[in-house]
Amino acid sequence: MVDYVKITLDIVTMLVMTALGFAIGMLFNGIARKITARIHNRVGPPIYQGYIDVLKLFTKKTNISHGWIFDFAALFSVAGIALAFLFLPVAGFSLLSGEGDLFLILYLLAIPALGFALGAGASGNPNAAVGIMRALMSMLAYELPLVMVIIAMMVHYDTTSLAVIVQKQANFHWALFIPVFFIGALVADMALQGMLMEKPFDIPIAPHEIASGPMVEFGGKHLGALMLYKMMGIVVETTLFVDLFLGGGVVLSVTHYGWIAYIVNFLVWFALIFFVFFIALLINAVFPRFRIEQALKFYWKYDALVALLILIWIFAGVNV
Amino acid sequence: MNHEEWSKLARIMSKRSLWMVHFCTGCGAMEMPPVMTSRYDMERFGMHAMATPRQADVFLVTGYLAVKTLKRVVQVYEQMRDPKYVIGFGSCTINGGMYWDSYNTIKDLSKYIPVDVYIAGCMPRPEAIIDSFLKLMDMIDKGEAIGWQKYRKYYDQYKRNQRMAFSYRLDEVKDIKEDDENES
Repeated sequence: MVDYVKITLDIVTMLVMTALGFAIGMLFNGIARKITARIHNRVGPPIYQGYIDVLKLFTKKTNISHGWIFDFAALFSVAGIALAFLFLPVAGFSLLSGEGDLFLILYLLAIPALGFALGAGASGNPNAAVGIMRALMSMLAYELPLVMVIIAMMVHYDTTSLAVIVQKQANFHWALFIPVFFIGALVADMALQGMLMEKPFDIPIAPHEIASGPMVEFGGKHLGALMLYKMMGIVVETTLFVDLFLGGGVVLSVTHYGWIAYIVNFLVWFALIFFVFFIALLINAVFPRFRIEQALKFYWKYDALVALLILIWIFAGVNV
Repeated sequence: MNHEEWSKLARIMSKRSLWMVHFCTGCGAMEMPPVMTSRYDMERFGMHAMATPRQADVFLVTGYLAVKTLKRVVQVYEQMRDPKYVIGFGSCTINGGMYWDSYNTIKDLSKYIPVDVYIAGCMPRPEAIIDSFLKLMDMIDKGEAIGWQKYRKYYDQYKRNQRMAFSYRLDEVKDIKEDDENES
């Protein structure tokens, strides 16, 4: 017997969560610009500027397309990032989740970037080709230390499920408070900086060098979709970090407190992802841009080396 | 929601988020950094400079245009997505300014692409530039900034003027004139 009520309710919840993710992403865009402006001693735009920008892009009259792959790529990015968001435990509450979902999330995080690459390739602009080459290069660079830290966490918590990792960190047994994973969190935070494409790792979309790289031919509704992808990306990537190291924002147990726990956990999750994003923002506001080989050297020489030491430490600790 | 209300909403969004591509041809480029950075901060109004014409709404032509540069200006203008607005910056775009008797600069920009707002002066101060942005926002709000519709409606006139400017040889100018007579 198929439970249609439950399925319908699940679909509605998913749609609401996706809309909420986009709304938070757009809010973060506005807050980021405001904070950056205050650091530069400017007034800055209002914090609802992200909403205005996206709505304006969707109300543009003409849309120049470069074939169906170009149209498809923008949708591909948005859908990929929304799917990744639904698989993540948000405040301990995951909608789509199975066994071993950490591998799946790592895979899903690469999909939107590939969509991005498809669109850039279809536009045929040389700046886009250079940009996407840099994007895939920096993805290669930051994934190595990040994956090594994540494998260390999998070995430590003896699971490949992100939901279980979040559960085991309940009651403030955060991974951040374990000394070796405190260093791991620093390594992952540097990888997060590259993932969020904030300075000094905003090499793929360097507006002054390669005219915003992969986005060079995008405009109007296509650019609106890509901006939604970028804004949702902020939420997804910071949530991954919070789930791994900061207990996913779970402070009250749902079994004891009921629906109040959902609201409190959700607010704590929001505060934590904002805090993680805020750190990235402060680094972004004061640093210039790396060249691609400098970023690669940074990640593979220092970040990956520390991650490797953590991995060796964890394996030795388990075996001895 | 009917069409009128919808387009009014679109105009409000468009007004508060003007992305700009500035075509720095002449000395006017010098006045843009103070407008963008902390002294005059145009991001207060949701404006910021974009890297490519595909993403931009406002086209700022700063200073004199040689005939060669005009070709690029027209290309950039045509790459932008509707609705798009043009600001002519400085005396050079209005009547040639100090290049009024030059053989290779164009004198009146609005003959080649439709200009919504002009800023007079040589050089206009950053206050004047901010003022022109506010004027443009006001015009968009009232639905008066219709340069992009004019370019569609009078496309052949604009194209004819552009062709006249590009063909520097006299006999070519004559040919175009003859073509136009034949067409009409």
